[in-house]
Amino acid sequence: MSGESRGPKVASLNDLLAVAYRIEVDAVVRYHLLADQMETHNNSELLKVFRDLARVEGIHGDEIRKLAGDFDVVAHAKTIGKFSGESPEEADLSAAHYMMTPWHALQLALAGEDRALAYFTSIVETAKEPKVKAMAAELVEEETEHVGLVHRLLKRYPKPSETWADDFDPPVSQE
Amino acid sequence: MSVVETSTAYTQADYKSDLKPIWCPGCGDYSVLMSFTRAFAQLNLAPEDIAVISGIGCSSRIPAYTNCYGFHGVHGRSLALAAGLKVTRPDLTVVVASGDGDGYSIGGNHFLHACRRNVDMTYVVMDNHIYGMTKGQPSPTTEPEFDTALTPGGTGVRPFHPLVVALASGANFIARGFSGQPNETAAILAAAIAHPGFSFVEILSPCVTFRPDERAWKDLVRPASVAATGDAAKAARRLMTDDGFNLGILYQGNRKPYQPATGSTAINLAELEKDFVL
Repeated sequence: MSGESRGPKVASLNDLLAVAYRIEVDAVVRYHLLADQMETHNNSELLKVFRDLARVEGIHGDEIRKLAGDFDVVAHAKTIGKFSGESPEEADLSAAHYMMTPWHALQLALAGEDRALAYFTSIVETAKEPKVKAMAAELVEEETEHVGLVHRLLKRYPKPSETWADDFDPPVSQE
Repeated sequence: MSVVETSTAYTQADYKSDLKPIWCPGCGDYSVLMSFTRAFAQLNLAPEDIAVISGIGCSSRIPAYTNCYGFHGVHGRSLALAAGLKVTRPDLTVVVASGDGDGYSIGGNHFLHACRRNVDMTYVVMDNHIYGMTKGQPSPTTEPEFDTALTPGGTGVRPFHPLVVALASGANFIARGFSGQPNETAAILAAAIAHPGFSFVEILSPCVTFRPDERAWKDLVRPASVAATGDAAKAARRLMTDDGFNLGILYQGNRKPYQPATGSTAINLAELEKDFVL
């Protein structure tokens, strides 16, 4: 990841909702990209994990749309600008490995949720507009729940052994 | 880097083909592809006005993954192809994708003369310091002590310094990006494409399969501490002391791009064929 990423300017409630929606959409796109990689490399277990993560982030995006009511948050999200680096919930592409396990995928998800939590917390701390502050606090609660969810999922998938990347049929260097 | 992009008619998705990349998971080239499409969208270029040309190697698969015109050419010859295309179709935005083997070894000679000619195009070399597609042989940028099955104990040979060579040969724009910073790299690519003449962008793009040690690059890269210069002498001093991890635009020259007059020498194919009759 490219270090600290600054977000678009959030001057109103609609801006905040648009950024929140964008974060979820960026996450969906990134998880599908990782799922495609796993599909190409026949890691069917991870294919399913990344598709599931994409689906869950899509649901979060839908929830934000509902929260926005009549306001067209999708259109606003397209014009509000981008993060200077990676979007908070975009999983680190460079951390992928063709033999990675669900534990690794969930670590990526956890890191993303933690970054989103930190981002919305910073909005709560800096926002002047009361409505923005209140909504950011609500989003902090949401992200805290997501962090908890990933921790619960991680109980199902213990950390793999140090030899998880050992490949009995590795890519061959020419002799 | 600008935080807010100007709104564009084109989105990144408009530049992506339906073909799924087959690079190894974790490969830096996924992010480079993302930077390509981001840069095109930032510049609001119509996909049909862009030609992505490549040679051979993992990085050279990129044309197939874009929705632009593309030419997956022969090993090391992408710059010759691209220069021919650009001088005959100056209206096109020509972007060339290569790797450190394709670009600096097999295509090394073309690299020198493309810099010298200064045709208005952008040359992107995804440098992973190894031949990945052919399974791990040392490339011109491999460190001398890097141990491979073919070169036990390392090659012992001094690595090629592409940015210095580019400057000495006359490239008009020289920059370095890192695949782990796709947004910043996209901004560099957009600047390179917009700059007149031959733009050379080296992108550090780790090969996680044959150079897993390159995962550490993310902790080594840093923004260049000084701003881009148009003074070649200053740039030379900077590049000669560069450790390979300074990112950003390092040189922006103002040489006039090479563009031969077009339309004045209409070729009659029948006449041309006569010259080849034995």
